[in-house]
Amino acid sequence: MRPSVPRVQSLKVYGAIAMTLPQDWALYEVFVRAKRGLDHKHVGSLHAADAAMAIEHARDLYTRRQEGVSLWVVKSADIVASAPEDAAAFFDPAEDKIYRHPTFYDIPKDVETL
Amino acid sequence: MNAVTTPATARELTTYVLRLADTSLVLAQRLSAWIGHGPAIEEDLGCANISLDLLGQARLLYAYAGELEGAGRTEDDFAYLREECDFLNATMAELPNGDFGQTIVRQCLLDLWRLELFEQLTQSTDMRLAQIAAKAVKEIRYHGRYSSGWLVRLGDGTDESHQRVATALVMLWPYVAEWFAEDALEQALAERGVVPSVAAVQAGFEARLAPILRAATLTRPSNVDYRWFGKRAQHSEHLSHLLAELQSLHRAHPGAQW
Amino acid sequence: MYTQGLLEAPPKAASAVEDSERMAHFQARIDAEEKIEPKDWMPEAYRQTLIRQISQHAHSEIVGMLPEGHWISRAPSLLRKSILIAKVQDEGGHGAYLYSAAETLGIARSELIEQLLSGRAKYSSIFNYPTPTWADVAAIGWLVDGAAIMNQVPLCRCSYGPYARAMVRVCKEESFHQRQGYHAMLSLARGTPAQQRMAQDALNRWWWPALMMFGPPDTASQHTALSVRWKIKRFTNDELRQKFVDFTVPQAQFLGLTVPDAQLHQDEDGHYQTGPLDWSEFNAVLKGNGPCNAERIAERREAHAAGAWVREAAIAHAAKRAARAVA
Ligand SMILES: [Fe+2]
Ligand SMILES: [Fe+2]
Ligand SMILES: [Fe+2]
Repeated sequence: MRPSVPRVQSLKVYGAIAMTLPQDWALYEVFVRAKRGLDHKHVGSLHAADAAMAIEHARDLYTRRQEGVSLWVVKSADIVASAPEDAAAFFDPAEDKIYRHPTFYDIPKDVETL
Repeated sequence: MNAVTTPATARELTTYVLRLADTSLVLAQRLSAWIGHGPAIEEDLGCANISLDLLGQARLLYAYAGELEGAGRTEDDFAYLREECDFLNATMAELPNGDFGQTIVRQCLLDLWRLELFEQLTQSTDMRLAQIAAKAVKEIRYHGRYSSGWLVRLGDGTDESHQRVATALVMLWPYVAEWFAEDALEQALAERGVVPSVAAVQAGFEARLAPILRAATLTRPSNVDYRWFGKRAQHSEHLSHLLAELQSLHRAHPGAQW
Repeated sequence: MYTQGLLEAPPKAASAVEDSERMAHFQARIDAEEKIEPKDWMPEAYRQTLIRQISQHAHSEIVGMLPEGHWISRAPSLLRKSILIAKVQDEGGHGAYLYSAAETLGIARSELIEQLLSGRAKYSSIFNYPTPTWADVAAIGWLVDGAAIMNQVPLCRCSYGPYARAMVRVCKEESFHQRQGYHAMLSLARGTPAQQRMAQDALNRWWWPALMMFGPPDTASQHTALSVRWKIKRFTNDELRQKFVDFTVPQAQFLGLTVPDAQLHQDEDGHYQTGPLDWSEFNAVLKGNGPCNAERIAERREAHAAGAWVREAAIAHAAKRAARAVA
C-alpha cells in the first residue's frame, strides 16, 4: 500500500510564520456512536484544516439523518494499525485455545443453572 | 397563555413574525447558492445544512403568521406571492454572497444577532413564538459556531483572507444598525413581553461579537448614520432580483400544485 | 454507468513480476467472498481499476450536483426547495464518501480533483445533459437516481471493503432521491396541462440517456470479465438495463406518460423490449461533445479556483495556532 503523501506547494510566508502548504486539508477518521449504550463505530473519513472543523464536518457529512448521538474524529496519521502480514502471528495463536469458550464444556443436563 | 388578545396585537405580531420568517427565507435563498460551489465539498454540505434549518424556521413562522392573520394564506403564499414591498426581512440577509469571506461575515453577524434574539424569544409571553424560538435557537447556535469558526480562520489566516473579511466587515456593518433601531411595533410588543427589548438584544450581540472579532484579529467598524429598514420594507436593490428568481416558476403557473 | 469511462481506458494488465502466490491468495480470498481491505496486498491492476472506478463515481456525484442544483433557487414551493437542497447535499456527501474510499487506495483527494478539473478523469455522461425545466429535476430523481440504484445496490457487495461500505451508506440515501423524484413527477402528471406537458417533455429527453447510463451493450464491452472475476462488478450492463426497463415502464404508465419508444413492447416472458439505442450520441457525449460538458467542468473549475484562498487560509490559521500552542 502506498502511503498517501500530501503534495507540498511552494514555501509561503504568512507574517512571521513560514511554512509549507499541503494541498489537502488533513485527513481525519470519523467514529459515530449511533445511540447511547453502543460503541463508537468507524464510518469513514473527511478532510479538515483543524480539529474544530473536523468535528463540524463530521456532523454535516455523517449525521444528516440522526445517525448519531456522539462523534469522534481522529487524525488518520495518528492511527497505529497492525500490519496484514502480522495477522497470522497476531491472531492465529488464539485459534486452538478452544477451552476459553463456554461451549467447550459439556455439562450434564441436570445442572440447570450453569 | 397566549399574549394575543386584541386584533391590534394580532396584527402587530403577524408583522413581527413575518420579519423573522422573511429574514430566514431570504438568507436561506442566498446561502443555498453555495451548494455545488463552495471552497470544499464539506463546506457545500455545511451551507446546505444551514439553509435547510433556515427554511424550516421560515416555514414554521409563515404557518404561524397565516394562523394569526386568519386569511388562509399558506407558507407558499407568503413566500411566493408577495411583492418586494411586502417583504420585511432584515436588509443584510438579501445582500449578495460575494466571496466566501463576505458570506461568512454576513452569516456570522446575522447568526450572533439571531442567536441572542431567539434565545430571548424563548421567554416570550406568546407560547407559540416561544416554542418556535426554542427549536430555532438550537439550530442557530450551530450556525454561529460554524460561521464564527470560519470568521476566526479567515481573519487570522493569510494576509489575503484577512484583507477580504476585513473589507467585507466594513461593507456589511452599516446594515447592523437596523436591528437595533427599535420601532413602534417592536416597542409595543416588548411592553407586553412578547418580544425582548432591542437594547437587551443589542447588548447580548455586542458581548458575543467582541471575543470573536478579537480572535479573528478584526476591528469592529464604527457606526454610520444611514439606516436601512428592510424590516419596514425599505430594501436594497438586491431583493427584487432575489425574489424574481425565487418566485419565477411558482408565479408562472398560478394555482398549480407541485 | 457512473464509471463508464472505464470502457475506454482499460486498466493496465497486471505486471508479470507480481507474485503469483500472493495473486492466488488474493483471488482465493475474493472467491471466498472475503473483503479486500486497504492494507492488504492487491494486484496493481485491481488497485488502478478501483481508483478509476471509485473516483469516477465520486466525480459523477459532485458534477451531478450542478444540473439539479441550478433549480434550488427556483424550486416552486418551500417544501420542494427543502427536498431539493437535501437531495443535492446528499450527492455532495456521496462524493465525499467515495473520495474517502478512493483515498484508502493511496491517492490524495487533491490529486483526484485535479484529474477531474484537468479533464483527464471521466464522470457520468448523464450529467452533461441540460435541465431546462423543473420537470427535469423530477425526471432526474426518478430515472437517473433510479438507474443509479440499480447499478449501485450490487456494489454494496463489491470485493473492496471501503468501497462496499461507502456504497451501503450511499444506497440507503438513494431511495429517498428516487422517491422524491417520482413524487414530484406525479404532481406534475396530475397537474395542469402545462405541468403535464413539462413532465412528458422531460421523460422524452431523459429516457434514452438514462438507458445509456448502464454502458455499452455486453457485446461491445470488453472489460466486464476481469471486473466480474474480481467481484467489482456483479451484473452485466445489459442485465441491469433490462431490469431497469422492466421496473420503469410500468411506473411511466402509472404516471400516464408515454415512453418515447414506438418499438417498446412486452415479450412473452413479460420483459419489456426497447427499440435500438443510439450509441453514436452516447459516444459523442462521452468524448466531451455533449450539450453541457464544457459548462459543467468550467463551473467546477471556477468553484475550486475561487475557494483556493479559503483553503489556504484555513491551513495557515491551523499552523499559526499550532505555533502559538508550542510557544
Ligand atoms: Fe447519484
Ligand atoms: Fe448519489
Ligand atoms: Fe442520488
